[in-house]
Amino acid sequence: MKRFRAVYIIWLRDLKRYFRDRARIIGSLASPIIFIFILGQGLASTIGQNLPVGGGSLDYKTFIFPGILGMTVLFAGVFASVSIVWDREFGFLKEMLVAPVPSWSIAVGKVISGATIASIQGCIMLLLAPFAGVSLSPLIIVELIPTLFLVACSMTGLGVLVASRLKSMQGFQMIMNFIMMPMFFISGAMFPLANAPTWMDTLSKVDPLTYGVDALRGIVLTGIPTRYAFTTDIAVIALLSAAMVAIAISTFSRQT
Amino acid sequence: MSAGQSIDETVRAAEAAAAVEGRPPASAGAVIEVDRLTRKFNGFTAVDEVSFSIGRKEIFGFLGPNGAGKTTTISMLVTLLKPTSGKATLNGFDIATQQDAVRQSIGIVFQDPTLDDQLTARENLEFHAMLYNVPRSERESRARRVLGMVGLTDRAADRVETFSGGMKRRLEIARGLMHYPHVLFLDEPTLGLDPQTRSAIWEHVHELRAEYEITVFLTTHYMEEAENCDRIAIIDSGKIVALDTPGTLKHGVGGDIITLRSADSAATVAELKEMFQLEAAVKPASADTSGPAGDRIYLEVPNGRTLLPQILKSLTTEILSVAVREPTLDDVFLGLTGKQIREAPVDKMDAMKTRIRRRRSMGGHR
Repeated sequence: MKRFRAVYIIWLRDLKRYFRDRARIIGSLASPIIFIFILGQGLASTIGQNLPVGGGSLDYKTFIFPGILGMTVLFAGVFASVSIVWDREFGFLKEMLVAPVPSWSIAVGKVISGATIASIQGCIMLLLAPFAGVSLSPLIIVELIPTLFLVACSMTGLGVLVASRLKSMQGFQMIMNFIMMPMFFISGAMFPLANAPTWMDTLSKVDPLTYGVDALRGIVLTGIPTRYAFTTDIAVIALLSAAMVAIAISTFSRQT
Repeated sequence: MSAGQSIDETVRAAEAAAAVEGRPPASAGAVIEVDRLTRKFNGFTAVDEVSFSIGRKEIFGFLGPNGAGKTTTISMLVTLLKPTSGKATLNGFDIATQQDAVRQSIGIVFQDPTLDDQLTARENLEFHAMLYNVPRSERESRARRVLGMVGLTDRAADRVETFSGGMKRRLEIARGLMHYPHVLFLDEPTLGLDPQTRSAIWEHVHELRAEYEITVFLTTHYMEEAENCDRIAIIDSGKIVALDTPGTLKHGVGGDIITLRSADSAATVAELKEMFQLEAAVKPASADTSGPAGDRIYLEVPNGRTLLPQILKSLTTEILSVAVREPTLDDVFLGLTGKQIREAPVDKMDAMKTRIRRRRSMGGHR
């Protein structure tokens, strides 16, 4: 239990910082709102109310809502865990590195705190559900929260992995353009992958977010057929999270 | 009051200090023992077979120019860097194999601030106490005590981002004491601080040695500061070139320093050699020498105050100004290494770090 003390301390600190930073909470909600209400509304008025999905049809805003949840978790998660780079630049990382705690616990602490923050952001997004034509039942929310957290773990694992290689925040823009944006668009968050060209279909299979969005869509839009079975989604995400965290720990421990 | 009783009291006090939860017991003998410690980076030897030992409650100074190996040595002692060869123990624990025990025994204040400036002063102390296994019941009272010591009691609930550079440094010293370490490492503790804050920090260092029975290991390249130490190791290019008390080191220079400025330096030096058999050193005025430009002629003599009038009477070249002073550690350093400590090359990285630090301490990084 003593070994996990540092995990808890890092989690506690990051959450304290998160709740103290109102600008960050509000700012990180801006882009999902833009996607749903501007892009979603704009495209809905072009495509119409009947996006063909698995035999039936859906409002486009409704279709992308789970995808936007996935996006929120992706961006919030990676951003939260990349804060290791800030900690390195502003010194606090050193305070943790010289403490009598194992260095893996720092990486694990960051993954869990980032996943918690990302899940909170995702939950805030649920408030927008009615405006996107999504109706949520208590059961859906109960299923949604652990799924959000699990998806977030794979994203923060990726974030810590990237952060342990990144020496300054200047590299973050690159990560954003070359990893996060493609991950988001290829995941099927914004359009059904059913009619996608083969290369995109192949790429989507190695994108962890594909499984995350698929699982979230299955929960939120009841009755809509999903790409994979829910259990397949969860198994793949869990496996990817574990792998990501394991690599993150070893890279992080080695570089320090 | 008999002598026996007072020894009893000392023993009891020591036992009480040792009983503090989370603090490893004090080992017998020297608190730091370093034996031929070496660190190489890609063939470049940063620290070269350094050996020394430090006793309990000692204030030990590591003095040397930038790049001499001070920070590398500290990094090894605090287990952040593995030695290439050699051995060192801290409070009886091996720095290579007993990392956690070593870490629990020490407090560190780095050159660059390592505070979380989004948190308050008290929260920074609290997190530190948690990381170092300080029992919950003690955290608050210890935080109050160390904050009082560095004069930050009324700022405890303020976020660190509102603090000045000096306040941050004081808070870091306070934080380093939260887990009652045996050794406090201070890496350039007063770099970039104004003279007033600098002397305040030194007051704290002396106080805490007395109060916490603590050993202080510090690095500096300010000569005036090194004089506060019990013993100083002078390090240059990775090697210890001298190790003694400041007084003995200064004594070793051999008397007083006479500085002359003459209209014709070469002629004056020749005359000094001819008439007094004195070897004089000529140095151009450097950027940080005060006074007018031109060469300075340095003389080391056993009794400057009586010799100077004779010299002035005998010299035929025109003398523009004279000064006699007792030797400083600057002179010791000059004598041992042939260079002045502040002339030593500062590499680009260091210069950049200093600039960034300065900007940050002014609060310009937001």
